Amino acid sequence: MSVQAEAKLSELSAGASAIIRAYPKAGAAFLRLREMGVLPGTSVKLIRTAPLGDPIEINVRGYNLTLRKSEAEHIVVERI
Amino acid sequence: MAPSHPVPAAPRVYALVGNPNCGKSTLFNALTGLKQKVGNYPGVTVEKKVGTSYSQHGQAMTVIDLPGAYSLAARSPDEAVTRDVLLGRRSDTPMPDRIICIVDSSNLERSLYLVHQILDLGRPVILVLNMMDIAAKSGFTLRTARLEKELGIPVIPSEAVSGKGLIDLKLAMSRPDLPLSRHAWDVPAAIAPAVAELQASLADNDNKAPLCARAEALLLLTDQDAVRVSGSTPLSESTSGILKGWQQRWEKEGTDWAAILVQSRYDAIGKVAGEVVQRIPSGPTATDRIDAIVTHPVWGWIILAAVMALVFLSIFTLAEYPMDWIDHHVASFGDWVRSSLSPGDLRNLLTDGAIAGVGSILVFLPQILILFLFIGLLESTGYMARAAFIMDRLMSRVGLNGRSFIPMLSSYACAIPGIMATRTIEDAKDRLVTILVAPLMSCSARLPVYLLMIAALVPGDRVPLMTKVGLMMLMYGLGTGGAFAFAWLFKRTLLKGAPSMMIMELPPYHLPRLKDVALHMVERAWVFVRNAGTVILAISIVLWFLSAYPQAPQGATPQEQLAHSFAGRAGHAIEPLIKPIGFDWRVGIGLISSFAAREVFVSSTAVVFSVGDIGEGKEMNIAPLRAALRDARWPDGRALFTPLVCLCLMVFYVFAMQCMSTVAVVRRETNSLRWPLFQIVYMTGTAWVATFVVYQVGRALGF
Repeated sequence: MSVQAEAKLSELSAGASAIIRAYPKAGAAFLRLREMGVLPGTSVKLIRTAPLGDPIEINVRGYNLTLRKSEAEHIVVERI
Repeated sequence: MAPSHPVPAAPRVYALVGNPNCGKSTLFNALTGLKQKVGNYPGVTVEKKVGTSYSQHGQAMTVIDLPGAYSLAARSPDEAVTRDVLLGRRSDTPMPDRIICIVDSSNLERSLYLVHQILDLGRPVILVLNMMDIAAKSGFTLRTARLEKELGIPVIPSEAVSGKGLIDLKLAMSRPDLPLSRHAWDVPAAIAPAVAELQASLADNDNKAPLCARAEALLLLTDQDAVRVSGSTPLSESTSGILKGWQQRWEKEGTDWAAILVQSRYDAIGKVAGEVVQRIPSGPTATDRIDAIVTHPVWGWIILAAVMALVFLSIFTLAEYPMDWIDHHVASFGDWVRSSLSPGDLRNLLTDGAIAGVGSILVFLPQILILFLFIGLLESTGYMARAAFIMDRLMSRVGLNGRSFIPMLSSYACAIPGIMATRTIEDAKDRLVTILVAPLMSCSARLPVYLLMIAALVPGDRVPLMTKVGLMMLMYGLGTGGAFAFAWLFKRTLLKGAPSMMIMELPPYHLPRLKDVALHMVERAWVFVRNAGTVILAISIVLWFLSAYPQAPQGATPQEQLAHSFAGRAGHAIEPLIKPIGFDWRVGIGLISSFAAREVFVSSTAVVFSVGDIGEGKEMNIAPLRAALRDARWPDGRALFTPLVCLCLMVFYVFAMQCMSTVAVVRRETNSLRWPLFQIVYMTGTAWVATFVVYQVGRALGF
């Protein structure tokens, strides 16, 4: 994995796809994200950012999910 | 004598479980028709819906529609109730014998997570694959026979909207024998010993059946910070001790036990889904195309503004006719009773207390119905989630999330439906904060007071348009600013909690099912009439009593009677309190009578200043009242309603909690008396302070 390919989920641009690599943080929000199917190894696509810049909308396992950047910046992804 | 075929004495109990937005309510309505009972789970404000369905052989079956949930590891009171009913933790609800899981077929993997947790419970499960048509349109092919084989339970493809699959489901429900799932799934090695130990303890110390004990043991590992809602049986000490022991050990070792468990479930689901689901990638769906416009940086705002404008326009124009109609008929019914009974206390109690009270309940109904029609439409089409997505950034500034936006905005029309709409907010604390601040949004009942005060404030007969608009905007701005400021304050002090999050599904758009929306609308209205109505009726009678007793001597004018009554005395009694903010006892009577509804200030002020009948609604003529207010004097001859005092009165009405109907609804929605009382105190306290500042500063500046 090249250094460039690694990013935070919050840094992806609209339309970009990536694979979740790591979740360095535990906590209620991250447990719920896991339960919603956002897990290491899952591929996600950033659909859009809300008009005011936060939250973001991602597509995961065929459905659309929103989360705030404050959570997304703790999720490490690999661009594909 | 024991029967050879044990026949269940009571009807079998089915629980209907599924994610939000999967078509669960539609299926429930289809299964039970109108044979449903809607109430609350005791101790929590979560809607309890129980209905009766009939098997192929005509046997009654009880169906409990459990609140939508993504996981049994509860995050909201709704999810906690679903979890507790399924685990048999609630004494007020029977533990279901069988479970119907309904999933959105176009979103099978994520939906199977909850199903996977439920299969562990060791009870017969029927899986309903809903929205097969939408799945097909999105390019999914599902091999249902294969899924049935993998899970070992009946799997029924359906389209709840058109009723497809309903007969198959009823056939499956009628089967005397339903197989238990034979889906094999290994608990990951890292946590298996803990699960075994917890399972043994749950069976021995908490009287759980073996399979249920295993399911609950697994659940305890992800339910770290369990939302304990009232009505749920707590864990035994030894079991919670074991749980704590393992958690401490794992924390030391750096094992993320919850993550391991979720991962292993999704691994098992992935294997099943790989066998069952095929997807031919298709182009952008209708939802993608709609969202590109609806959440667009420019069009998104225009659409949101247009939708909200349509809602408000409908409320203000459409609700007016039924409201006038109700007003008129309640009044003529009161007149009829008055003319057919002989004069006396009983007659006055009936006409001025009871009938007027019922009228003030009914008069809210058109607004509530219309607002809930729109909220139901916004919710069932999927637009509600988009509005929350767009507004989240703004709401997060004060610590709330986008879900609070619609309830707060609705409160501009009337706080009652706004507060009733907060049930869509998952987080319990966010919900409470929204309820606490919603009545600060200037509702339509404040308008008559603002208009009267603006008319009294400016010299001359005509109010310049700019003055009117400017003052109105100032009042709406004050209320809105106050609501956000208090939300910010409460989230930081009183209701401090985990930072709110915005993990929310954006469901595909659907055409609304009018029958479901209408049913929901009527249910909400009935809830209001039955629960809040009784309180409002009681308070109306008390308020009537306070203004009618003690009775003035024969021949007294209405003005003298009011001055003589308890309300009049109360006005005098509170004068020392309201004198520093510029009001005398006569204004005090108006403030007290406003508790029935804010607009009552206008009519009671007319009585206090003996203006006579000023009419109501559109025919209201405030010119004589305005003249009387301008002539009103303090005993020392100073004018009472100076422009400054008029402004003060408006500021007071922005902040003060003066609506018993709102109090009644808050009591119901928070399930406590503490919060509505707190609301009265903090809002009215703020009103006093704000008015005091305005009055004293204004006086110092020479107004």
